[in-house]
Amino acid sequence: MLLNVENLRVRVEAEEEGEVKEILRGLSLTINPGEVHAIMGPNGSGKSTFSHVLAGKPGYEVTDGTVRFRGEDLLELEPEERAAKGLFLAFQYPVEIPGVPYMQFLKVALNSQRKLRGEEELSTPDFMRLIRRETERLNIPMDMLRRPVNVGFSGGEKKRMEVLQMAVLNPTLCILDEIDSGLDIDALKVVADGVNALRSEDRGFLLITHYQRLLDYIEPDHVHVMTKGRIVRSGGKDLALELEREGYAAYVEENAA
Amino acid sequence: MADESTVRTVQELGEKYKYGFETRVETEKAPKGLNEDIIRFISQKKNEPEWMLEWRLDAYRKWLEMEEPKWAKVDYPPIDFQDLHYYAAPKKKAIKSLDEVDPEILKTYEKLGIPLKEQEVLAGVEGASKVAVDAVFDSVSVVTTFREELAKAGVIFCPISEAIRDHPDLVKKYLGSVVPVNDNFYAALNSAVFTDGSFVYIPKGVRCPMELSTYFRINERQTGQFERTLIIADEGSYVSYLEGCTAPMRDENQLHAAVVELIALDDAEIKYSTVQNWYPGDAEGRGGVYNFVTKRADCRGRNSKVSWTQVETGSAITWKYPSCILKGDGSSGEFYSIAISNGMQQVDSGTKMIHLGRNTTSRIISKGISAGRSQNTYRGLVSVGRKAHGARNFTQCDSLLIGDRCGAHTVPYITAKTPHAKVEHEATTSRIAEDQLFYCRARGIPEEEAVALIVNGFVREVIQKLPMEFMAETQRLINISLEGSVG
Repeated sequence: MLLNVENLRVRVEAEEEGEVKEILRGLSLTINPGEVHAIMGPNGSGKSTFSHVLAGKPGYEVTDGTVRFRGEDLLELEPEERAAKGLFLAFQYPVEIPGVPYMQFLKVALNSQRKLRGEEELSTPDFMRLIRRETERLNIPMDMLRRPVNVGFSGGEKKRMEVLQMAVLNPTLCILDEIDSGLDIDALKVVADGVNALRSEDRGFLLITHYQRLLDYIEPDHVHVMTKGRIVRSGGKDLALELEREGYAAYVEENAA
Repeated sequence: MADESTVRTVQELGEKYKYGFETRVETEKAPKGLNEDIIRFISQKKNEPEWMLEWRLDAYRKWLEMEEPKWAKVDYPPIDFQDLHYYAAPKKKAIKSLDEVDPEILKTYEKLGIPLKEQEVLAGVEGASKVAVDAVFDSVSVVTTFREELAKAGVIFCPISEAIRDHPDLVKKYLGSVVPVNDNFYAALNSAVFTDGSFVYIPKGVRCPMELSTYFRINERQTGQFERTLIIADEGSYVSYLEGCTAPMRDENQLHAAVVELIALDDAEIKYSTVQNWYPGDAEGRGGVYNFVTKRADCRGRNSKVSWTQVETGSAITWKYPSCILKGDGSSGEFYSIAISNGMQQVDSGTKMIHLGRNTTSRIISKGISAGRSQNTYRGLVSVGRKAHGARNFTQCDSLLIGDRCGAHTVPYITAKTPHAKVEHEATTSRIAEDQLFYCRARGIPEEEAVALIVNGFVREVIQKLPMEFMAETQRLINISLEGSVG
């Protein structure tokens, strides 16, 4: 088991006194190595919250349930420790870091993770070899690595670079938070090719998306429907097609409680 | 939205200042207080000619008439100018060779990582680059390296106390010509009691064969440190100079009031870099150096050029405006600065670019980083004179705030007396966003390293202007000075 989430309840820290909003209401999910899961749901269902909580974003309070990642309690770990353990979140809106070339960012990230794992840092020549290999594999021009992180990047470029980061950091669980948002078909194909190139029997994927379209390019093993903070139905890739035809309405009503 | 506080109380900031050690060495000190006798004492200790003493006394008398300036955005208790020693020197003074230098002093510079051993450098020891060093310890220059080799090129690089004796014509001609004795309160004080600093003269057409640098180290207690530096680049010459400064941790504040004068003649270029790391005081704001400095360059010649690159990370209060007077037609001035304040530090700093000649250009890139409970003010003047046709200025002033208890302020002054000038000013203020920090952490980069990474990106443009030998050291210094700034 790669990821085992049981009955997860999460609420957001209140902006005003006394106001508390529960976003995840008993979410359960299991992902095994080699599997590709997709979570689909309408806006406000808590999909992004789920990915943020897994990555350790501050501002969320877990009130019940457990999350185990590779046998360990994930919620006990700091975000950087989770990353070092092999968790990767591809952001829906990747952040800009002015003045920091992508190459430097990747090197610092990789070596930070290695340090946390008690491994030796990668030497510069070895790092360059790794970069060359992965940029070739994903068809990304070396030029892009000289640019500061995400500054002036188009949506598609940002998403492609998230995938490159995945390739370089070599995680075991990749959570792709709406990786298709803001992309046209061509950009989507390129990103999907990148993701597919990283599929392996040791690695698990969690795709979070609104639209079925992404799943034409990245074929999932399991599809889950999420509404109002819970997974209400699970199935195979046919479920995605069904959702495309019928929409989420039926599930939302069912889950009104 | 949850209010993420990225600041925790800065704890024991002083512990992190690794230059805070004290050197036990026998020191000779003038008695406390400031009066004509003390000035005579200093002048006599330095074996100065009569004209120099007269110059000092004249400055002192002018100082007595002046009032301490209070307009800067810095707050400090009144300074008792009588409660300081104005001269402190290690008893065994080095003469010609390093062997004669007190070993404790040598150890000090070794600990600071400053290369005094020429042999190491000449033998091609890895990492050792050829940099001539003038080491100033309290009130005296302890040693100046590579003098013979520099002399072969005709370059004079020596302590100013020596230059007054050995090159009086040059000193008389240029000293006080850029910063006159009555320019300001602290310049007058410095002119009266300055003790040492570097003197550089680059002859016509000579490109100085190596980097020159001076390392100032305040050691003795309750002393004021007043250095005087004078650099003259004759026609068509080039020199790159760097100064570094550190001081031990003390409970009481120490005053450092230096004056730096640069003169660039026709087609000459001076590159002046400073890495300032005076003790900044502890987390409560106790102790720390007051860094009140007057630095000015006179671009006298046609097409002359001076560039200031300043990295300020230390001192309790920094008050300085390295400036350029662009007299010569076609002359240009540059100012690149990184000013970091943390804990309870205060910075009121910036530059003045005075356009007087025709077709002069100036470029200002200022990066201020505030953290802890510090206050960081950029104060800049771009002034274009009536005859300064074709003057062009570009100013970019960026502030980065870390946490919500610090302040960043910008006070730009622009005056233009001719319509034939172009002056641009851009300013940004930003915070290290929670999003940026989380993005880095989600990639395995712990919070403090993430801050360092983001800050390095922020100051990158300026770091790249430093001499290569000092880039890595400076990056490390920046990281250290930001320790404890994030919570």
